[in-house]
Amino acid sequence: MPILECQAISKHFGAIHALDDVSLAVSAGEVVGLMGDNGAGKSTLVKIVAGNFPPTAGKLFVDGSQAAFARPSEARRSGIEIVYQDLALCDNLPASINIFMGRELTRWIGPLRVLDFKAMSRRAAELFVELKSETRPRDVVRDMSGGQRQAVAIARTRLSNPKIVLMDEPTAAISVRQVAEVLNLVRRLRDQGIAVVLISHRMPDVFAVADRIIVLRRGTKVADKAISATSPEEVTGLITGAITAA
Amino acid sequence: MSTDDSTSGLERAIEARSHGLVGRALGLQGFWVLAAALLAAVMLSFATDAFATPQNLFNVTRNFAFVAIVAIGMTAVIISGGIDLSVGSILCLSAMVTGVVLHDGHSVWVGIAAGLAASLVVGLINGVLIAYVRIPPFVATLGMLSIARSLAMVASQNKMVYQFGPDHDLFLWLGGGSTLGIPNPVMVLGASCLVAGFALRWTRWGARIMAVGGNERAAILTGLPVKRIKIGIYMLSGFMAGLAGVLEASWLGGVTTNLGQSMELSVIAAAVIGGANLSGGSGTILGAVVGAALIEIIRNSLTLLGISTFWQGAFVGTFIVAAVAFDSVRGGRRTSAG
Repeated sequence: MPILECQAISKHFGAIHALDDVSLAVSAGEVVGLMGDNGAGKSTLVKIVAGNFPPTAGKLFVDGSQAAFARPSEARRSGIEIVYQDLALCDNLPASINIFMGRELTRWIGPLRVLDFKAMSRRAAELFVELKSETRPRDVVRDMSGGQRQAVAIARTRLSNPKIVLMDEPTAAISVRQVAEVLNLVRRLRDQGIAVVLISHRMPDVFAVADRIIVLRRGTKVADKAISATSPEEVTGLITGAITAA
Repeated sequence: MSTDDSTSGLERAIEARSHGLVGRALGLQGFWVLAAALLAAVMLSFATDAFATPQNLFNVTRNFAFVAIVAIGMTAVIISGGIDLSVGSILCLSAMVTGVVLHDGHSVWVGIAAGLAASLVVGLINGVLIAYVRIPPFVATLGMLSIARSLAMVASQNKMVYQFGPDHDLFLWLGGGSTLGIPNPVMVLGASCLVAGFALRWTRWGARIMAVGGNERAAILTGLPVKRIKIGIYMLSGFMAGLAGVLEASWLGGVTTNLGQSMELSVIAAAVIGGANLSGGSGTILGAVVGAALIEIIRNSLTLLGISTFWQGAFVGTFIVAAVAFDSVRGGRRTSAG
């Protein structure tokens, strides 16, 4: 049974059909690459799943039961975590505080409720070990490499034991060496039985890590194939419209 | 063997910091400003016998206490990425409300409560305008700068208030007296500094205003109650200004409607000299207090050395620019190193 299922999702903004009758399913421990040109509807789809806005038509199922999210916090509660393209990190704060932002650990010293820096650093360090990243909990995000920043953003999603992680262009703005690091993070999530949806422009990254590719063009799904059954050339053709469907 | 290794690796990662204690102190602007203030004080005590006298030190500490108390609230505002231009007017309004209520024959506690309540209400309005109506902090508090002072004039019919009713003497003691040899405003400053410094470093509230100032969008996406946080910050700033207003009225023994005029500039200068970054996300309470002290030491030294006080602005201005330049040079080095 798929963890996440979209059934005939449409989203219209006035006369603009951002998404038309798109259906897809993602299973636990599966990495799905969601590809498409600018304006193909990728971010609209992500925003619907993330609870930013409801679809005009169609149904969303999480873990077999129908879901309708009024706001992002509801999506998060049903086990959907998003890694935003700009990562939504506070540069001025250490990794551990970024990970625990909004759900900070505290302890009592007499009548005073204070931040439990030690517990947060420990948990953050454990998450980084789990992700096999050499990121240090007390380091300030501003001083980090692109790969380490990704690790912080991904570690944050791990706090709540999510079922589904949506990653928006995680490899768009980082160096080649760091791309490998991020792709390893994606594999780590998959190995833990999480369904990962990877939104990306970068063909080699998707082919390196995804099990399946879904291509959107002008709001409709034009392909949904196992990686082994397609090629970068075909996907490029599908994205640009040189190949109409596969 | 491997578990031992991984555990110690984990422990190392948990404890690892990019800088040691000394390194972090050297990276804090407040540390350098403190060094500058101490150096200035030492040089002054050699240059003139008048500086290191108990009376002068007593005056210096009491004089800077008012600016420093307001600067504590301002630092929280600046860390969150905002600014509060209305603090000078809030100070005046709070002092005037207290003065008028006391003049009407109420007890000192009723008077002070009324003054502080007025400052909290003004802070609340600032916060609502900024968080919910989305008016930029500069504009909202610029408007309030004008409104609050005007209200102080209305409350007093623009007359000086100097008779504080039945509790007159008690009221004058609050700001003008001292406890254990320390002027009362300095006592209040010390207590505020401890509480605010603790809250900023050790509580959720502190971590969250740092987050709002560091990346407001990220704070919203992670579900922080950003609007409520902002309202709280502007109420704190208003309250600190109101507190300073009550103390200053009491110290001066009278309130006029030009009390605290253009004080917001000294307060912002103190916070910025102390390391608060006007683009948000960094700043320390101690830094702001030390910044206020440095400004007062400059003022005091010019007087003692017989240099025209007209030069004061030039010195303070130089320090503001130097402090920010220092921060930007440090930031540049960090970027090139990273």
